[in-house]
Amino acid sequence: MNARETILARLRAALDPAPAPVTVPRDYLRDGQVDLDLLVDRLTDYRAHVHQVAEPAVADTIAGILPVGARVVVPPGLPPAWLPATVTVRADDGHDNSEITAVDGVITAAAVAIADTGTVVLDGSPDQGRRVLSLLPDLHICVVRAAQVVANVPQALTRLNPHRPLTWISGPSATSDIELNRVEGVHGPRTLHIILLP
Amino acid sequence: MRIALFVTCLADTLFPEAAKATVRLLERLGHEVAFPPGQTCCGQMHVNTGYQEQAVPLVRRHVRVFDPYDVIVAPSGSCVGSVRHQHAMVARRAGDVRLAARAESVAGRTYELSELLVDVLGVTDVGAFFPHRVTYHPTCHSLRMLRVGDRPVRLLRAVRGLDLVELPAAEQCCGFGGTFAVKNADTSTAMLADKMRHVMSTGAEVCTAGDASCLMHIGGGLSRMRAGVRTVHLAEILASTEQDVVTDGRGGLVVGS
Amino acid sequence: MRRTFLGMPTTAPAGVGQLRGAESFPAAARRALGDAQLRRNLGHATATIRAKSGAVIGEVPDWERLRAAGSAIKADVLARLPELLEQLEQRVSAAGGVVHWAADAIEANAIVVDLVRATGSDRVIKVKSMVTQEIGLNEALEGAGIAPVETDLAELIVQLGEDRPSHILVPAIHRNRAEIREIFLRAMPGVDPGLTDEPAVLAAAARRFLRQTFLSTSVAVSGANFAVAETGTLAVVESEGNGRMCLTLPRTLITVMGVEKVVPTWRDLEVFLQLLPRASTGERMNPYTSMWTGITPGDGPQEFHLVLLDNGRSAVLADEVGRQALHCIRCSACLNVCPVYERTGGHAYGSVYPGPIGAVLSPQLTGVVDNASLPYASSLCGACYDACPVKIDIPELLVHLRDQAPHPRAESAVMAAAAYAMDHPALFAAAQRATRLSRLTGRRGRGLPPPLSGWTAGRDLPDPPAQTFRQWWAQR
Repeated sequence: MNARETILARLRAALDPAPAPVTVPRDYLRDGQVDLDLLVDRLTDYRAHVHQVAEPAVADTIAGILPVGARVVVPPGLPPAWLPATVTVRADDGHDNSEITAVDGVITAAAVAIADTGTVVLDGSPDQGRRVLSLLPDLHICVVRAAQVVANVPQALTRLNPHRPLTWISGPSATSDIELNRVEGVHGPRTLHIILLP
Repeated sequence: MRIALFVTCLADTLFPEAAKATVRLLERLGHEVAFPPGQTCCGQMHVNTGYQEQAVPLVRRHVRVFDPYDVIVAPSGSCVGSVRHQHAMVARRAGDVRLAARAESVAGRTYELSELLVDVLGVTDVGAFFPHRVTYHPTCHSLRMLRVGDRPVRLLRAVRGLDLVELPAAEQCCGFGGTFAVKNADTSTAMLADKMRHVMSTGAEVCTAGDASCLMHIGGGLSRMRAGVRTVHLAEILASTEQDVVTDGRGGLVVGS
Repeated sequence: MRRTFLGMPTTAPAGVGQLRGAESFPAAARRALGDAQLRRNLGHATATIRAKSGAVIGEVPDWERLRAAGSAIKADVLARLPELLEQLEQRVSAAGGVVHWAADAIEANAIVVDLVRATGSDRVIKVKSMVTQEIGLNEALEGAGIAPVETDLAELIVQLGEDRPSHILVPAIHRNRAEIREIFLRAMPGVDPGLTDEPAVLAAAARRFLRQTFLSTSVAVSGANFAVAETGTLAVVESEGNGRMCLTLPRTLITVMGVEKVVPTWRDLEVFLQLLPRASTGERMNPYTSMWTGITPGDGPQEFHLVLLDNGRSAVLADEVGRQALHCIRCSACLNVCPVYERTGGHAYGSVYPGPIGAVLSPQLTGVVDNASLPYASSLCGACYDACPVKIDIPELLVHLRDQAPHPRAESAVMAAAAYAMDHPALFAAAQRATRLSRLTGRRGRGLPPPLSGWTAGRDLPDPPAQTFRQWWAQR
């Protein structure tokens, strides 16, 4: 008997007599109108910087966030129109991690944003890129379209594809490990900007 | 209404004033109190200490003694909690399905004092008079097993002359927990110390609650500290009137020498 | 014979991992209670988290419905555990992962050591995980010449301080900022000697210290918060980004999870991702949640191993009442509301699983005899049940386990005598009178004989009344 058979046999023996089948009550809230103001409020509450602009203003907004000459890494599919001329852009082509960690910031799009919790979710699509891109740089600018915003967690899961690598981000990197106070800035980006498009 | 008194072994033996007050209060409100003499103990101590098998005869006795009554009251959230949440379980685990059903039936007719007054008898002003500064400790089992909520506080607010002051961190356990206070005496004492600190911070003369057991614990600590705060069971405050005031140690649930 | 025995539910083996304390709870608690700094740190931290959690739970109108759903999903998981694990194995394998099965801590440690050795690395980076502490993985790795580096800030504090974790979520909850600064100054290589005790400064020091380790280590070990049978997706919920580092940067990722962590469907995450952050850190959502299904070419680890661990869980599952302890999602809400935990801290529980959930889980994983004092480490106040996001009735479980615990002979005799007297009203009345007599002849208000003397050490007993209630009733 190998470990697999042993464990499965133990579990089957433990479940004899068989428990009654369980019906899961799903009467919790799933519907809900998207409230962009709530999203902004939640993002701000967790110390993300929110910029509500129209799409043509994205490049200028980013130019206002990053100093002139800043080096940024971007995923290969990011709309070029979002990028200001004031920064040095490197499109990701499989850079090694030490190169990514050396840049001043990263700019990505998002897959979904959740108003209830102030969360953006990245799914590795071409405009979001590899997971490492939004992890190593100390500053992350994430561009979210209003159409990508959902009201709550259940709605987010229906939009996401579990077969893609998913990163849920709610504010900048933080810890509650010192006296249970939330402190921003540990290993992930210490600054998070969300540019919210209509 | 005819109401059977489930006195609880602790009130019967050590705190009869709480039980007598329950009788006086209910009779003053125009009800008839019966005391089934065959009652002893609900068996909670046995169940909570890990002796469920030995609790079975006690459950059986309790059910047999109280089954004839339509309404049963106890001046204890903890003992009512045991009747409601443990008796049927103990019976089922002993394989006695009939006893479990009867225990559930009795449990459905058993009320903690504040529940009986507010929910069954529909009164919050029981005509009491108690001219003292009082703080109320919601005991864990009345709060979280029975969910008596603000019933005791509503009753206390209606008592004439009573100055009710809020107890800080009221919902934290006093540290009694039955045999917990013996098996983990140090931890129990640490919990009690915080409870007493909060009681004393209110400036109240009296700390009240719906359970003689928790009051014995808190009162025992306050007495040892010579804190000058006495513990009085909720029933005694509600039974107290202009004509019949709880004034001294013998009338109150006073602890110590 | 052997075959039948192997297939029966089995408790976790002794001598490996951290499920058993060296002393009883009352003895360990006694020492902890004397530590004034510990008491202050715990009181401050638990009060903070209770307030935060209460506030964000108050924002959720359907919290009770989410709790009910979470509880039911977990009950469903346990009822169908074998088939769900087989489904998970199939989906993970199909997505490029390799699934391993470990009957106990010894097997799991051997599997992980072999996997790390095969990579040639002599160091692993670790995401905070309860299960790898439970099995003593770090000790096993060190024994094999492999250095485990804890990357969670609190775990790092514990590791650098040569300490033990004392909380499920915040393992260094027993340390305040001043103590953490001292530990960093003493044990963190290359730390700035001008380090202050500002939490942000301490966090930044950890960031600098670990960054190069993250970039240069080729193997990571993690636990898992959830594993979705339907899709083969694993989820890790965290705050700092150290989890993302471990789950993203190395070539090889080894995830160890208890078998009960599986959930049936992708949709089930919509319940737990709402319950867990609000109940644990008191946030609407934790800063980072990573989800991955097998391997993704060109993104993240290109080798993924999933180790499914029993280590006593089958024995817990075999107890129809006790099995609800396996619902636990390790949020630690029960610790934060527990008046016992708040005063003793986590070390007193001996096991890596402290607090109310530890008091019901550890004795079941090891067999009650090996953790016999834990089911009594509670006043049964019920705060844990109210706080549990998946509605584990911890007080009920404590009472259930006390029934299975070995009892001191003297106590058994007293209980038997009491039960006999209480079932005979005449004897009961006589005993009541005897109580009064013995109290009158003894020292009033003080001393009871052992074992009850512990109670009267700090409290006065009431004066015995002139008559019992039933005497009064008979005379009226």
